[in-house]
Order: sequence, then C-alpha cells, then structure tokens
Amino acid sequence: MSATHASAGTLGDAAPYEDGVIRKFVLAAVFWGIVGFLVGDFIAWQLAFPALNLDLEWTTFGRLRPVHTSGVIFAFGGCVLMGTSFYVVQRTTRASLFGGSGFATFIFWSWQAMIVAAALSYVLGGTQGREYAEPEWWLDLWVTVNWVCYLIAFAGTIMKRKEPHIYVANWFYMAFILTIAMLHLGNNLTVPAVLFGADEWWKSYSLFAGVQDAMTQWWYGHNAVGFYLTAGFLAIMYYFVPKRAGRPVYSYRLSIVHFWALIFLYIWAGPHHLHYTALPDWAQTLGMTFSIMLWMPSWGGMINGLMTLSGAWDKLRTDPVMRFLVSSVAFYGMSTFEGPMMSIKAVNSLSHYTDWTVGHVHSGALGWVAFVSFGALYYLVPKLWGRNEVYSLKLVSLHFWVSTVGVVLYITAMWISGIMQGLMWRAYDSLGFLQYSFIETVEAMHPYYVIRALGGALFVVGGLIMAYNFYKTIKGDVAEEAIRPVTAGAR
Amino acid sequence: MASMEKDSVSGQMTTGHEWDGIKELNTPLPKWWVYVFWACVVWSVAYWVAMPTWPTINGYTEGMLGYSSRAELDNELKAQKQARGAWLAKFQTASVEDIAKDKTLLNYALVGGKVSFGENCSACHGSGGVGVAGAYPRLADDEWIWGGTLAEIEQTIKFGVRNEHADSRQSEMLPFGTGDALSAEQVGQLADYVVSLSTKTPAAGSPGEAIFAERCTACHQEGGVGSKDLGAPALNNAIWLWKGNNQAAKDMVVAQITKPKHGSMPAWAGRLDDNTIKMLAVYVHSLGGGQ
Repeated sequence: MSATHASAGTLGDAAPYEDGVIRKFVLAAVFWGIVGFLVGDFIAWQLAFPALNLDLEWTTFGRLRPVHTSGVIFAFGGCVLMGTSFYVVQRTTRASLFGGSGFATFIFWSWQAMIVAAALSYVLGGTQGREYAEPEWWLDLWVTVNWVCYLIAFAGTIMKRKEPHIYVANWFYMAFILTIAMLHLGNNLTVPAVLFGADEWWKSYSLFAGVQDAMTQWWYGHNAVGFYLTAGFLAIMYYFVPKRAGRPVYSYRLSIVHFWALIFLYIWAGPHHLHYTALPDWAQTLGMTFSIMLWMPSWGGMINGLMTLSGAWDKLRTDPVMRFLVSSVAFYGMSTFEGPMMSIKAVNSLSHYTDWTVGHVHSGALGWVAFVSFGALYYLVPKLWGRNEVYSLKLVSLHFWVSTVGVVLYITAMWISGIMQGLMWRAYDSLGFLQYSFIETVEAMHPYYVIRALGGALFVVGGLIMAYNFYKTIKGDVAEEAIRPVTAGAR
Repeated sequence: MASMEKDSVSGQMTTGHEWDGIKELNTPLPKWWVYVFWACVVWSVAYWVAMPTWPTINGYTEGMLGYSSRAELDNELKAQKQARGAWLAKFQTASVEDIAKDKTLLNYALVGGKVSFGENCSACHGSGGVGVAGAYPRLADDEWIWGGTLAEIEQTIKFGVRNEHADSRQSEMLPFGTGDALSAEQVGQLADYVVSLSTKTPAAGSPGEAIFAERCTACHQEGGVGSKDLGAPALNNAIWLWKGNNQAAKDMVVAQITKPKHGSMPAWAGRLDDNTIKMLAVYVHSLGGGQ
C-alpha cells in the first residue's frame, strides 16, 4: 500500500500507525468468513441430505465440521480480532504498533499458514477430538508461538502508550488474549503418542482421563465462548459503536463493574456443559449458579452498547453500518439471556444434546459475533483505504437484511427442532414405553434442517455482497445513491 | 486530555478521559441492573445452601436437601421397574404363543416391541421392518429365511445368524463359480433357470435345470421352494435378498452363485432381556407375514 493510504501519522508518536497489516487482516477476514460460512452451510445440507457426505472419508460431516468451526472462529474471528485490536490499540494509545511492520506481518502470515495446516489436518483425519481444540499437538505449539507474538505486539503497544489511561476496549482485548493463552495451554496438555512407540508422529493423547478430561475440555470450551467470542468482540463493540455513533460511551462505571464481574464469573461456568453426567453434583451446581450470576454482567455490555446510541438513534434509520452494530448488541443480549437459562438444570435436561444448543450458539455466532464484525469491517475498509465511505451503503443495507433473515430462519428452525427433539426423547406412552425411537426424531427434524440450511445460504450470500462492496470500495468506485449519510465520528 | 464536561443529550458529566475522540459518560449503574444482579447472587447463595456445592478437602458440602443425582436416577429407575413389574411377571412365565393369544399381553408386547425394534433393529431392517434392498431382509412380508412362526422368530432374535454364539443359526452357500465347480457358461445357464423359477415359468429341459437338480436342490429343494431348516431361501418367487434396486435379477444371481454374499445378525440374548425379546418376536410376527 502506498504511504498516502496510511493513516496520517499518530497523535504524539514519531512513527505512523502500522496499518498495512490491518489491511491484510481485513482482507483475510472477508476471505475466511466466506469460506467458513460456505463450509458451514454445506454441512448443514449434509445433515438434511446425508448423501452429500459423498461417501468419501475427507468430505464426511465429522471431518468438515471442525473445518467450519475453526474456519469461522479462528480464521474469520481471529483475523477480525487481531486486525481490529491492532487498529484500536494504536489509536487509543496514540502509539504505533510494538514490534513494527515486520513483526506484525510475521504474526499475520504465521496465523494464515496455521489455519491452512489445521484445515488440511482435519480433512486428512488428524484431530484431538476436543471441540474447538481439534488441532493436534504440533499445531498447538504453532498456535502458542503465534499467540505469544500477538500478546507481545499488543501489550507492547499498550506499554508505550501516550495516553495516561487505558481505554475499556483494550481491557477486553487484553483479557481475551491472556485468558485464551491460559485456556489453550491448559486444554492441550497432551502426550504425543510417538513417545510411546506409535507410528503416527502427529497423534497425541490427553494427559487427563475420564471426567477430569471432560471438565478440562469444557473449562476451555465455555471460556473460549466467554473470552474469545464475548470479551474479544465486546472490545470491538466498545470502540466501533461510539466511533460510528459519534456519541460518548454510556457509562464508564458500568464498563468497570461489568468488565470485572464478567471476567470473574465467566471462568466458573464451564461445568454447565456437563449437567447430568459423571461430573460430581457439586461441580454442576457451581457451573449452573455462576452462569445465572453471569447474566447481568453480560448484559452490562449490552446496556453500554445500546445506550451509547442515546442521542443518535436516528442513525439506525440512515446508517446500515450502525444497524449491523446495534443489531449485534441486541443479539448479544438475547443469547446471553438464553445461555444462563439453558444452564439451569431443569431446562438443560430438555435442551442438552438437542438442536436448541446449536441454535443458541448460532444466535450468538451469527447475530452477535459476525454482525459486530461486519459493522467493524464496514467501518474499517474505507478508513484503511482512504475512502470517504464504502462503495454502496445500499448494498450494506441489502447485506444486513439478507443476513438477518438468514439468522432468523436459522435460529427459529433450531429452536423448534431442538425443543421438539427434546420432547420426543422424553415422551412416554400410557404403558410406560418410550413413544418415539431415535430415528423417528431424526425424521421429524428433517424439514427444520432444510430451513436451517436455507438460512445459512442467505448468510453466505450476505458475505458475498460484502466482499463485492469491499472490492468496489478498494478500487475507488462510488455508487450513485440517493442518500449518502455523512459518516459520524470521522476524525 | 479533555476535561470533564456536561453531555447535552443525557445531562450526564463525562469522565474527562478521551481516546481517539471517544469520551465516556459517568452515568451511574442502572438501578434495575444492580438489583437483578444481586437477586441472582442471593438466589445462587440460597441454592448453595440447599444443594451439594463447594468441594472440601475430603468431600463436598452436601446441602440441606441432601440431593444427589445418582439417587434421583436410582429412584426413577426403581419407580419404573415397579410400574412395569406386574406386566413383566406375566411375561416371565408366558411363552410367545401365550402372549399372542392373550389380548392385553399382545397389546403390551406390540407397543413395547415397536419401541425396542426402533432402537435396536430398524438400523438394518428399516422402520417397520421394510428391509433394505440388496442388504437386509424385509420382515414385513411372508418370506422367511429361517422361519416365520413365533418360536422361530424368537430363536432368530435370541441367537442371531452366522455369529460367534454357539446357538447361532449357521449356513453357508458354496462359491460355485470359483475354482472348477462350474464354468462361466454353466453359471449363466443356471442363473437363467433360477430367474425362470422366480417368474413361475421354469424353463423345463434347459441345461440350467439339470445343473440346478445336481447342485442346488440339496439345500434349495426341488422347484426352489427353499428350506427353513437349512436357511436356504426360496427361489420360486420374486423376493430377493441380494438384489439391489436397479440391478437385473440375472446379474445378481450370477454374482451370488459365483461368490455368495452372507449376511450376519448378532445374537440379542444377553444384550436384551428375555421379556424384550419376546415382545420383539411378537411385534415382528405381526408386521405382515407371521406364520
């Protein structure tokens, strides 16, 4: 990129902001987003029509699912988080990125290569069999090196800040980076099988066994949701919502209290994934009660996001980027209510192992994580490529409605299918026999699987609309449109 | 660094911090938010008092209600066993034939058998026993390889077919087309005759008829009526176990004569209790072709 495209210096630092790597992360995020959504939609069709497994080991649901989850979480989400955090931390500390361009570029390319290696290993059958922690030990080490470099670049920038205080977005980014490091190391304590004479160099086994192993996995799994998909993306919310709205953050006090409450309570909630299992009752109680106590701390972020709009609600009508950001916060509020509710054992006995869980995850993943990411990307692309605004706000609006319909189709289909599935499993007839066999519940879910896959297809289409809009923006085109609202919060 | 100022929209003061143009209001915590948060905390603490919660050095705090999920499960299982007890006692002493004759027992067996069939049998034999063409026998017709009476079905379920169990039903067709048993031409002639049997138009005097009489009737019997004692399927009808959906009958028969496929079914004795097996036998018998 030419120097004229780089941000106009920094306020007080001799070095200009390091934006080249952020442009790379933004482009990679768009690419991985579409790949991740596509694979997700394909496996959704596989569930509706099993013939789509194609009778090939590499294309079975079991091998493609981690490609989807890693693709959207670590590839799409990871690029969004790293890209936005580098953007936000430089601007809110008035310091250029620690380590400079070379270090940042290494972090970028190492992460991309790791993603490709992980996806290939899944397709070829290499997995630890731990949800969201599928990569084997050699990939785990790679991730560790990558993550420590990321931590150094981020924390180093904060250390040399020119602002006396650290902005709330950076607290959340910091909590996300540190906790993920801890979770990654804890949940991937494995022993390479080759040390005990196995032939497969890539295979490893967990250091823990039985219920301890399950508990370690869900301590990791739930806090990956808490610190990666919640804290990390709340950081995005805390920068991009006030910037786009041109309004001050609603409550500094609330941000402090809900930050510390969230950080302290989230880490206990993992056992709610193991209700009614071999996990001791006392651990189940702790997981459930801490999930309940987590409700308001989660909503603190929603309140701060939504109420920051006070005095700027009209932007919801005029600015589709704002619509993405605000809807994401609304979805965040919805799924952080649903989560504690599902952690209650009585509710969980119905919802557990059903599609309701899948619907819950996706109302968070599509409605919250992806929408807040889209909002941030629409904000960033014009800024990073020196344009006044994206090519077409009408296309942003189209993207918004297409994906919103997609999300609504997805989650309503899964709610109905999941609750129906749970009720069918527990239905007894008058003689005391189970009313339905398992296969009958599968048959009953088929129409909802089709609806879910259609919703997912709309989400993919939305991603393609965004990619086209960015292509035109970066090229320098401007669509002729009736209304082109002035971007708020432009420096 | 900016100074504290009053926000004209909300009337709140800012904190005086500013980052990249972002300011913060010093709005107090919303009251309802604080109250709901404390309500959740109070509820949780009360729950801790009532339920097993905190780990200790050599155990955990058991809670005032003395709850245990293991005890809860035990009680539920006990209650269910009790509710079924009266029925199960009757099944214990009744034979499958007795059950089929007693209307209330029959009804109970059909309902229970359907559930067990759905969980244990339909993976191969299909829902309602429709079978899978070219792979698993259909149970909803009157064509039986090992017999279709109640007792025969019960025995097949109990001990299975071609498995390790000592009482398993066993039979094996020889591979007539490999080695020097039959030439490819003879296999073709034999297959033509077998297909003619299945359409009820046996090709009398054909070379296949002679081969059939010499090689096949020991098991499949004269006229291809089959033998349930030997597990030799009847060939004089159009019901084929090994014919795929789009496969020509002759191609299938040639393949089967040349190198026969043999299915296997597990023994369910030991996996399912005797009562469940009885219910399954009655249920399968009722699917359409019980004898």
